[in-house]
Amino acid sequence: MSEPTTTTVDVNGHACRVWTKGSGPKIGFLAGFGGLPRWIPFLDRLAESRTVVVPSMPGFPGATGHNILDTHLDWLVAVRTLLEEAGLDGADLVGSSVGGSFVAEIAALWPQSVRRIAMIAPFGLFDEKDPAADVWAQRADDVPGLLCADGEIYKELKAMPTGANSVEWLIEQTRAAEAAARIFWPLGNTKLERRLPFIKAPTLLIWGKADRVMPRGYADRIAKAIPGGAKITMIAGAGHLAELDQPDAVAKAVLEHVG
Amino acid sequence: MKMLWFHLMPYTELPDDFKEKHPSVWVDIHSSLFDPKRAHHMYNDFLDELEYAAECGYDAICCNEHHSNGYGLMPSPNLIATALARRTTDTAICVMGNSLALYNPPTRVAEEFAMIDCISGGRLIAGFPVGTPMDTTYAYGANPSQLRERYNEAHDLVMRAWQEKDTFAFNGRFNQQRYVNIWPRPIQEPHPPIWIPGAGSVETWRWAAERDYVFCYLSYYGYKMAQNVMKGFWAEMDRLGKDRNPYRAGFAQVVGVAESRQQAMDLYTEPAEYFYGRCLHVDPRFAAPPGYTTEATQRAGLESQVKMAADASKASPSTQAPSAMKMQMLARDMKGIVDNGYVIVGSPDDVTDQLMELAKTLNIGQLMLLMQFGNMSKDLTKYNTRLFAEKVMPRLKPLFAEWENKWWPKPLRGAERASLPAFAGSAPVAAE
Repeated sequence: MSEPTTTTVDVNGHACRVWTKGSGPKIGFLAGFGGLPRWIPFLDRLAESRTVVVPSMPGFPGATGHNILDTHLDWLVAVRTLLEEAGLDGADLVGSSVGGSFVAEIAALWPQSVRRIAMIAPFGLFDEKDPAADVWAQRADDVPGLLCADGEIYKELKAMPTGANSVEWLIEQTRAAEAAARIFWPLGNTKLERRLPFIKAPTLLIWGKADRVMPRGYADRIAKAIPGGAKITMIAGAGHLAELDQPDAVAKAVLEHVG
Repeated sequence: MKMLWFHLMPYTELPDDFKEKHPSVWVDIHSSLFDPKRAHHMYNDFLDELEYAAECGYDAICCNEHHSNGYGLMPSPNLIATALARRTTDTAICVMGNSLALYNPPTRVAEEFAMIDCISGGRLIAGFPVGTPMDTTYAYGANPSQLRERYNEAHDLVMRAWQEKDTFAFNGRFNQQRYVNIWPRPIQEPHPPIWIPGAGSVETWRWAAERDYVFCYLSYYGYKMAQNVMKGFWAEMDRLGKDRNPYRAGFAQVVGVAESRQQAMDLYTEPAEYFYGRCLHVDPRFAAPPGYTTEATQRAGLESQVKMAADASKASPSTQAPSAMKMQMLARDMKGIVDNGYVIVGSPDDVTDQLMELAKTLNIGQLMLLMQFGNMSKDLTKYNTRLFAEKVMPRLKPLFAEWENKWWPKPLRGAERASLPAFAGSAPVAAE
């Protein structure tokens, strides 16, 4: 697994990391809850046939500037700027969890800016009768098993690399949880459902069969609200962050969808 | 030294197996444990106790704000403070306090505190806590990533609302109000004294000191555990060029006094074990919402941990507040509670000596006394309160006489004050 190229772009005066790897048409990826403190196999699978571009949203690992974003509109404009600066205007776009919610928003509000989209268990909805789990009210030991079917994979993602600054590494991981909280506290409900009808891009929804955070029923609600509908692909052996648990299967589904 | 009598208002009838059967006293404590008919008696007992403390000559009576909490039945401390304002005359009323970011608009705090100040004739101490994670982010759904920014802005709005003479527009980041013009306005000029409860955050110390507010360390874990925090606080005051006036700082201490040490142990073991065992049983999943602790404070904590790990043989000084979870582990029974100094119990001499040591080592001028704790009965609470007032208070009072307490209410003089009618104690209302 070779390393990607790392550059940064400016969003509201804050540097946001952008990883790039591979060749061919561009495909963007917005990471899920906790962000990406390191490169993951899923992105390598995409990079085998595409130029994969991975911009970090404000406050997620590799980027700061979340704490000047007060409203949902502030966040939408910041993520739209990030995608433009990362050269993703008009590209295919994939997002997981927290990032998946922004893929839906961008596709709804700036339909010309995306080609095809794929979302892995996106945030943005809440149903009292079928509530999503509270990712911010967990005992620390329970978090890996909540986010991944195989908790060890999440622990490896977040494990401190040798030579890292032990203080700043931990703060970066907490900041990622804070940035997600800043957008989605307390329920994850940004009223995304009101904007889903404006999505025009062909849409794929991916859901881990063992997702313990986002109920399966949300996939149907999202698909129903998008005028052109959405294809729903369930991934066996995958939790909420399905791309971590099953990189090959999720990448395959995405690449088949974007063509 | 000032002695303030502080009531948390705990629900006193949590079951014996509470800790085993229920995950948390806070946030999701089950409603089936709450009996409103019993709470009727608890509230009235608690108000009696606060009024009794005023009669006994304590300098202030204190209440505070908690939500969805089995050890703090005061979602609105302002209601309690108002009731106390009508049944006391000279005692200061310390509301410790209103969690500013939870009020929408925060102008509400300026209004209600002004009401209490007017009703009480200028006896209010205005506390402005950020509020615990359990109260603010979980029970009230406040965004932990915005809580402090909102708190700071709400503070600025309240201070302007109290002091500006003309109607003004407030164009804040989170709060916008076209016409800010509170009626009533506080008696105390330019505003009631402001006290800030907090823990080991350098930013909070600095923020309070820059504005010349009192900083209060409200720990339940006693003065021995508080040494590092208060050392850090005074070192920061030195750096900022502030004097070491002990009235800049408050500290809460659980106290039980009796004729002898043995008698004190006999009397206070049950309520202390109830308090530390049941009241402080909080599910750790509600302890650390991301963003609640600032990155600077996280950094200070992590760096001191790294330093301690690197040099485990030497005790490393830390400005950090001890973790509540860790403290709870140490307090399984009365022996642990007393040995670790969470509670000061003993004869009047024992208690005086220990509080003297507390006041001097922490340099605390505003001493907040938790003298009803856990499931302590009204009789025992009154006994504790009276004995302390008679035997301990007179010996502590002269402490720090050389310092001026600039942070105490300035009430109306006697002749300016309304006379309160004697309370008639009317007959119970007949049931329909």
